[in-house]
Amino acid sequence: MSSQSRQFTALSRLLHWTMAAMVLTMLCIGVAMVASLANYHVLVTIHRPLGIAILILVVVRFVNRLLNPPPPFPATMSRAERLAATASELTMYGLMFVLPLVGWGMLSAAHYPIALYRSLHLPFILPHNAMLYAVLRTAHTVLAYLFVLTFIAHFGAILFHTLVVKDGIIKRMAPWNIRRVEKETS
Amino acid sequence: MSNGLKPAEAEQPRLGKASTLTRFALIGVALAAVVGMFAYFGGWFTPNDLTPARFTDAFEHVDGVHSGFRRNHAKGVDVAGFFESNGNGVHLSKALVFQPGRVSVIGRFSLSGGQPYVADSPNTVRGLALQFSLSDGELWRTAMINLPVFPVSTPEAFYERLVASKPDPSTGKPDPAKMKAFLARHPETVRALTVIKSQAVSSGFDNSTFHSLNAFRFINAAGDSIPVRWLMTPMQPFEAASTASAPQDKNYLFDTLIAQIHRQPLRWHLMVIIGQPGDPTNDAAIAWPEGRQQADLGTLTLDRVESEQTSAATDINFDPLVLPAGIAPSDDPLLSARSAVYSQSFTRRAGETKQPSAITPADVRKGD
Repeated sequence: MSSQSRQFTALSRLLHWTMAAMVLTMLCIGVAMVASLANYHVLVTIHRPLGIAILILVVVRFVNRLLNPPPPFPATMSRAERLAATASELTMYGLMFVLPLVGWGMLSAAHYPIALYRSLHLPFILPHNAMLYAVLRTAHTVLAYLFVLTFIAHFGAILFHTLVVKDGIIKRMAPWNIRRVEKETS
Repeated sequence: MSNGLKPAEAEQPRLGKASTLTRFALIGVALAAVVGMFAYFGGWFTPNDLTPARFTDAFEHVDGVHSGFRRNHAKGVDVAGFFESNGNGVHLSKALVFQPGRVSVIGRFSLSGGQPYVADSPNTVRGLALQFSLSDGELWRTAMINLPVFPVSTPEAFYERLVASKPDPSTGKPDPAKMKAFLARHPETVRALTVIKSQAVSSGFDNSTFHSLNAFRFINAAGDSIPVRWLMTPMQPFEAASTASAPQDKNYLFDTLIAQIHRQPLRWHLMVIIGQPGDPTNDAAIAWPEGRQQADLGTLTLDRVESEQTSAATDINFDPLVLPAGIAPSDDPLLSARSAVYSQSFTRRAGETKQPSAITPADVRKGD
């Protein structure tokens, strides 16, 4: 088998690591801004356009996921582990799509303008309704914490496989191109 | 399964017990570090820091929780009208609101404090919050009060003063000892209060001057940025508040305002004060020196009044940092804090059932 099939495509890996950095930044900004007075405004000003960037990229990533299926799981992964990995992948795709959308929706319901850059701003996608805002605002927090938990599970699973099972699973997503299989096994 | 699925590492000898434990410990440390990072950013390690939630709790602690109402400036009535720009602001700021022409405005007159049914009194701080709807869909919100300077410079001092102002249950008044202790620690408040007390209070909302207090920055099309403060100066003539005992009508300020708007539109000039290099932009407790250049940018006309129970302005958070391109925040620490606390207050009240406002739709119709 060629090395390509053991590793995600270069585009997939680029999207993974770019979005990993964006999402982690986003989650940290999210927990920080709700607790901050002095930095609230600057954090909100980053949070909103960054969220929209994630929303756009996750659509690109979803299309890429359909066009470029992932390499097979290593043989060291049990059926249950494979199910869990697929479920967490789906959850994270879902959250990357739904969280920004809920954010956009809740700001629409509160009629908070969503400035992207200078005077460029997003249209409101929901009617002005405080109760709707309150419900979506709570959902935004709950989903964000779910994302934190899913991320921790994902990170923990990768560490477990890399350090304990030692099956080199990380190489599937390594930012660099891994050596050819022929060389490794020869 | 093909060979490709079996990485070389999987065929390495199994780890010893000690080595496995070490590796599990490493994983534990790594995961704890991630949790710790989130906890750190979320402020869990600094539980004594002021947060928007603690700030809002303080308002509730002092004035009680009034379901569905703003945590500060709880008593109010909503208004609508328009702003007519005279074009004088075009060279100062590229904000579309300063292009010659008219934009629609909705707003709210209020009394400071978290009690929605408090009796009107001449010395209670009056608020005017406005939202300008610009032609390209941008919004400009500003929440102003009728004080010439703000009594505090920092969010921390505001919080301290708020807590010190909690009425003693036995007297119904703030504990003078606590307020005295606060003033002893905050000479800037003593100075600001001297300025505030030197100005005569007007008889009503209609002839009050409303100040932005915080400094902002205007940015024009060329990219020049200047520090500004703005104020709304009334076209209704000044009349001093009566020194006689407070009127019987506990909503007299609002009832008078409603009757006035029904009679004829009320108007204000939007004035900007242009700061000079060296004028403090981070201290709302200090007025800029006399004689700073002022520009009249246009006229605000308020010709409609509506109870909070039916008005769209009720569901607006008059966050002072909802600004159009061409107006930017200054380095005043109060601005970000106001934005954060207003948001917290809005989030709390948005999810609550709203009690009837002090000024009901029937009160607003009376003046018709």
